[in-house]
Amino acid sequence: MTITKGDPAHPPSPVARAATERATPPPTRRSHVPNEGSAEAAAVERARKGMLHEGRELKRTRIGADVLCEALLRQGVEVIFSYPGGVILPLYDVLGDYPELRHVLVRHEQGGAHAADGYARVTGRVGVCMGTSGPGATNLVTGIGTALLDSVPMVAITGNVPSALIGKDAFQEIDINGITLPMTKHNYLVRDADDLPRVVAEAFHIARTGRPGPVHIDITKDALQQETRAEHPTDAEIVAGLPGFRPNLDGHGRQLKLAAAEIAAARRPVILAGHGVLHAEAWDDLRAFAEKTQIPVAWTLLGIGVIDETHPLAYGYMGMHGWKHVNRAIQSADLLIAIGMRFDDRVTGNVRTYAPYARIVHVDIDPAEIGKNVAVEVPIVGDAGRVLRALTPLVDPVDPATRADYFAQLTEWKADSVASSWHGSGAWRDGLLSADYVIERIGELTEHEATYVADVGQNQMWLARYAGFRHPNTHVSSGGLGTMGFSVPAAMGAALGRPDRETWAITGDGGFQMTFQELMTLVADHIPVKIALLDNKKLGMIRQWQEIIYAGNYHSANLPGPDFAKLADAFGIPAFRARTPGEVDDAIRAAQAVDGPALIWFEIAEEQNVFPMMPAGKGLSDLIEKWGGAEE
Amino acid sequence: MPAHSAPPPRALPGGGETRRHVLVAVVLNKPGVLNRVASLMRARNFNIDSLAVSHTDSDDVSRMTITLHGDDVAVEQAAKQLYRLIDVLKVQDVTSEPTIQQELALVKIRATDSNRSEVLKLVELSRGRVVDLADGSVIVEVTGTESEIDAFVALVRTYGIKELVRTGAVVMARGSGSIEEAIKR
Ligand SMILES: Cc1ncc(C[n+]2csc(CCOP(=O)(O)OP(=O)(O)O)c2C)c(N)n1
Ligand SMILES: [Mg+2]
Repeated sequence: MTITKGDPAHPPSPVARAATERATPPPTRRSHVPNEGSAEAAAVERARKGMLHEGRELKRTRIGADVLCEALLRQGVEVIFSYPGGVILPLYDVLGDYPELRHVLVRHEQGGAHAADGYARVTGRVGVCMGTSGPGATNLVTGIGTALLDSVPMVAITGNVPSALIGKDAFQEIDINGITLPMTKHNYLVRDADDLPRVVAEAFHIARTGRPGPVHIDITKDALQQETRAEHPTDAEIVAGLPGFRPNLDGHGRQLKLAAAEIAAARRPVILAGHGVLHAEAWDDLRAFAEKTQIPVAWTLLGIGVIDETHPLAYGYMGMHGWKHVNRAIQSADLLIAIGMRFDDRVTGNVRTYAPYARIVHVDIDPAEIGKNVAVEVPIVGDAGRVLRALTPLVDPVDPATRADYFAQLTEWKADSVASSWHGSGAWRDGLLSADYVIERIGELTEHEATYVADVGQNQMWLARYAGFRHPNTHVSSGGLGTMGFSVPAAMGAALGRPDRETWAITGDGGFQMTFQELMTLVADHIPVKIALLDNKKLGMIRQWQEIIYAGNYHSANLPGPDFAKLADAFGIPAFRARTPGEVDDAIRAAQAVDGPALIWFEIAEEQNVFPMMPAGKGLSDLIEKWGGAEE
Repeated sequence: MPAHSAPPPRALPGGGETRRHVLVAVVLNKPGVLNRVASLMRARNFNIDSLAVSHTDSDDVSRMTITLHGDDVAVEQAAKQLYRLIDVLKVQDVTSEPTIQQELALVKIRATDSNRSEVLKLVELSRGRVVDLADGSVIVEVTGTESEIDAFVALVRTYGIKELVRTGAVVMARGSGSIEEAIKR
């Protein structure tokens, strides 16, 4: 039931009353709702005045579907990735009246969800995807799960059968609420159009506030069609209506002091920065903190971009396929300052042997992440940016000279690991095209200024290791769920979110074959994504595990693919091909020169591995650096 | 770098002694909230021993008493996970606090003509209440702590238990403090 406010027949409950009393909305960290006075806000306002039916004489009845569009516009939504179907047709019937809501007709709902995800990751705003009931809704599920595991703000909207048919196994009825319940931050079933304004506003507030995440709204067909005069709530009313949702943003003063003391005492400290730093838009705060304390920064897969990789304190990417020098530094550290990361098993390996000398300060906005995977000495619950801004003044500036020995050791390790990784993979043999070379050239020729969207597998690790990231939110990767097929559709959303940047989808041949139907969306909607297809004609990461862990038993690792140039051509997408190192630069430049989407078919070495590699279950000190015939 | 001696293995969170914990969760009385709590506990691999739900003095707020076994850290993790649910207002682990804990059980006990008086006597001594008398059986209502009811059930098992239903514990902290008032602050 809903809490009624100020209705004399129902005196407000204590909860509602208390909530209203402290109903100042907590400042949300990212401006999904455009800042007042900005050009964006003006556009939204124009859209509202010009098209919303609020307060106007209606030429037709205002129905639930109108309210939904109004509510989306009020949230500053500019694009939705969607696919129609029977029960959501009432919405499609009015969408034409809201031209400011750009509708991208995807070719598969999963692509729509990943596109919303990619859009959200590069903009920091809430991505929106929609689908119909039944199969439309279940097709969204993989994308919703991907967003959940990576804490991406998303609102997924589905139509459902008319409320009278719910529970009757009606045509295309599935209990999608039951399905998304454990894989969303929150979810809703709306049967009454009058609830729509509140629900949509709540959904956006929840999706973007605190630890971000996906929210699902399921709306019955009759609610979309129902006539309504429901008014949109204010932000304060939304916050008041969610008394159970009050994320803690500021670190506790006492904990901050404890952290400062740990930092002052540490001799070999390392910062572990994760996605939370990007969510909090705290990259400047992180750099200021690192510079003042002279602590090197390591990052997780999703933390890539928290610091310019050319910064002297930027040490590198950690974990299973991270840099050996970074893992070494972690294993010998006496203090880890973990910020907005969650000690995932791909980061720690076997926890028993993880960072054995280190005390841990752990900053996270989600209290449940602290002490979940590793025990920590100083827990700090709060927003990464706010905590860093509060912590930095509490620490004394450190003279780099006092860390000379430490830095010398780090420099030596780094030189060693960079030199060994380059040849460990063995792809240089026989003049084969090495994937790390391809990635490095893409990074160089795009001047590290593009958005780079990874797929999953070896290609993802090569991108993380070799592209050279210099800016926040330029690296997009499905880390938590590891969803193959993510790259092309997510890049589609990323390109729309940041049209000022070139957008590159880096994908393996396996992942590409999962979602390449979105090539047609790229063409139809003129979305200029450049696709770098790293074709090893294999499920490369599967092959690598089979080679190293399963004694070379290559079941299902070979993956015959189509003629990718013809495939691209069939979609009307220019394709370029590179089979030798000498062809790489020309292919990249040619793709860049295309005004619109383009594909480069890199036929890379078929048996190249990603090294180093920490076998699952092993520790960070047990890295495999080369294998079999790989030559030094 | 202190490489001379092998470091001890890092302690894992939890791994302490397992004991019975009692969590009190105050939640918004919205459709599906019980489902959310149950689903979360399942997905996070916590095993609920008992769960009792009802609304509180205000219709829009419900109260759950959850008993589960686990070590302190694991149960703290369960509480933190519960907090992530938007409809959860307050979670408190009252295990170590002075509380009143009561559970109610109905036990249908086999009672023949020959032992009925013996059964009734036992029930009376254990402060049970006979709520139904029938040919061949009695239904007894007992309230008490979980272990008191365990003891009663063990006691009457020799006669034969035809049916048993227990509500699961409901718990309230002693003293004038109030978890429900706490959420209003
Ligand atoms: C949807 C999905 N199915 C299966 C997997 C397991 N998996 C992880 S990597 C991988 C191989 C990927 O092959 P490809 O896309 O060609 O990339 P490569 O490793 O060769 O670069 C597979 C099957 C996954 N991550 N996602
Ligand atoms: Mg491949």
